[in-house]
Amino acid sequence: MSKTFIILKHEFRQTFKSRSFIIITLALPLLAILGLGIYQGVHHWYHPAAPQEEKIGYVDQTGMFGNYTSQPGVLFILYPGEQQAKDALLAKDIKEYFVIPTDYLSSGLITRYTTSREPTPSAKTTEQITDFLVSNLLAGNVSPQVLDRVKTPMLLASIRLNESGEIVPGQDVVSSYVVPIVFALLFMVSIFFASGFLFQSVTEEKENRVIEILLSSASSRQLLVGKVLGLGVAGLIQVAVWLITLIVFSQVAKSIIPALSDLSIPASLIGWGLLYFVLGYLLFAALYAGVGSIGASAREGQGWSTIFVLPAILPYYFSYFIISSPESAASKALTFFPLTSPITSMMRLASHAIPAWEIALSLIILAGSIALTMWFAAKIFRVFLLMYGKRPALREIIRYVRES
Amino acid sequence: MNVVEVSQVNKSFKGIKVVDSVSFNTGQGEIFGMVGPNGAGKTTTIRMLMDIIKPDSGEIKILGQPINEAVKNRIGYLPEERGLYRKLTVSESLSYLSALKNMKRRLAMEREEELLKRVNMLPHKNKKIEELSHGMGQLIQFVATILHDPELVVFDEPFAALDPVNTQLLKELILELKSQGKSVILSTHMMNQVEELCDRILMINKGQAVLYGSLAEIKSRYKNNSVFIECDCLPETIPGVAGIKNHQKYVELFLDGRTSPQEVLSTLVSSGVKVDRFELSTPSLNEVFIQVVKEG
Repeated sequence: MSKTFIILKHEFRQTFKSRSFIIITLALPLLAILGLGIYQGVHHWYHPAAPQEEKIGYVDQTGMFGNYTSQPGVLFILYPGEQQAKDALLAKDIKEYFVIPTDYLSSGLITRYTTSREPTPSAKTTEQITDFLVSNLLAGNVSPQVLDRVKTPMLLASIRLNESGEIVPGQDVVSSYVVPIVFALLFMVSIFFASGFLFQSVTEEKENRVIEILLSSASSRQLLVGKVLGLGVAGLIQVAVWLITLIVFSQVAKSIIPALSDLSIPASLIGWGLLYFVLGYLLFAALYAGVGSIGASAREGQGWSTIFVLPAILPYYFSYFIISSPESAASKALTFFPLTSPITSMMRLASHAIPAWEIALSLIILAGSIALTMWFAAKIFRVFLLMYGKRPALREIIRYVRES
Repeated sequence: MNVVEVSQVNKSFKGIKVVDSVSFNTGQGEIFGMVGPNGAGKTTTIRMLMDIIKPDSGEIKILGQPINEAVKNRIGYLPEERGLYRKLTVSESLSYLSALKNMKRRLAMEREEELLKRVNMLPHKNKKIEELSHGMGQLIQFVATILHDPELVVFDEPFAALDPVNTQLLKELILELKSQGKSVILSTHMMNQVEELCDRILMINKGQAVLYGSLAEIKSRYKNNSVFIECDCLPETIPGVAGIKNHQKYVELFLDGRTSPQEVLSTLVSSGVKVDRFELSTPSLNEVFIQVVKEG
């Protein structure tokens, strides 16, 4: 058995057994179960009253609005004068009333009276009153079909075409916004956890000098690669648990929550997500191992790690920009820069706005950076693990790496 | 065959020579002492032996070859400042460290059982390292160092902070290794431990080797040409004795350089002195060290 593999196995086992790993990994399934449970509970115990037909009063001074008083969800009640309407409103017989003045046709002015506090009239009420007025205004002049179209002139369906005129599939909200955002959140949680774990592992070995025993048994490269891959396997299991949770959750949610019935996550997106997740995870793990060996203590190492975490969460803050203009130069740059590439690429993949060559290039850059970072980190690792309690200057780091 | 061959090894940190042209060999079944004050360059030399740091120049061969993966499996190393994974149990720590030396799992478990029993730690096998006392932790470290049955064992300050009982136990175990034909390198600043255990020594001061050879030979080279004597009464003058120093319980006689201790003893006996103790004075390693440093 190669020593790298022995180290991998040890690191994986330690990570997998640690309390923080278990808590973070199981948090999502537990939250999902809790969420569905709460939904079911609320659904079961709380029966909202069936929507009652609302009553809106009106005073017609033109004599033109006597028909169509029954619109979907609302009943319009004619009052002979404003006083009667006001009395009915105060007696809560009606929700509100409005007055159609004699010069309505020329002025279009409608005065509405209500006892409820509202900054602007609700869209629903506005639509109901509009439909009532339109129906009466056009009564007898047009066919019922035309009347319907006047009320609802269009039901919009947008289709996007690519350069060669083919239809670009589904621009639905779930896969283009929710999936990349969920991916970004899980990725960030996962790399934050990984950073903590690697720092702890490296600095513990450094503080208790186990590192000297390890280095007299294996090379610094074996040690680093074993650590990073061991953590990588743990990360893979973590994301697999989350993925299964999301798939099961979405299936269950679909069947019990009517609003989510057309929820679907394309399989290809899941595949890309896994690939980017693992590569990104490995890159950050290698970076953290290198940084962890420089810092004298876990706490100090965490401080250093902020330098790498900031670019990692950058695409999350610019998510709206990246999703809405995925082909801008800035989006492209974030796709190719290895620290921001996993989240950015996922956002662009989800909105089908990334050419195949850009995916390939970003993956190649990512894989190359992992190899380079591991090589560099192994060198740093060797030199700085043995410098106890001293924090080197940047100049020294460069010199030592050149020398070793 | 030499187990360790070090020739003309140099190492500088920030322009300061920490190890300066050091050469030495160690053989099988030998306890080799590396002595010198703190900061003399002992640990740096050992770290170069263990391939933890690379020498600036010079050559190091272990078991006949430059250090490599295969050779690392045949070496045991107990670093100066010690610790183990605090959250792991004794058994888990030992399994991991022996696996890293390419030891078969089953064999490792047998050896683990045997060695833990030897140091009376078997009942603590499934305890976490953090639950053990400091001294117990050190014993576990010692077991970890020799678990894979290494041919070369390197101890850096093994007796630091050990209580007298465990010090004795450790000495016995080191002598056992010697009797099994292992090569042991013992680095320490405690000269009395070296005198007790080592066959040959390398004395380092300020990065330079100041003395190298067998302990007995070195001591005879630095002897004072005097004898210690305890007796009922001493004549005023003794032929061949240039000076007398009274140490309360015993008396030190400084010989004139032409007379042998045997001749002095026979003179005393024939003049009717009742001798309780007659001993050639050999300097302690500490005295040798002080003398060497003064001369240097």
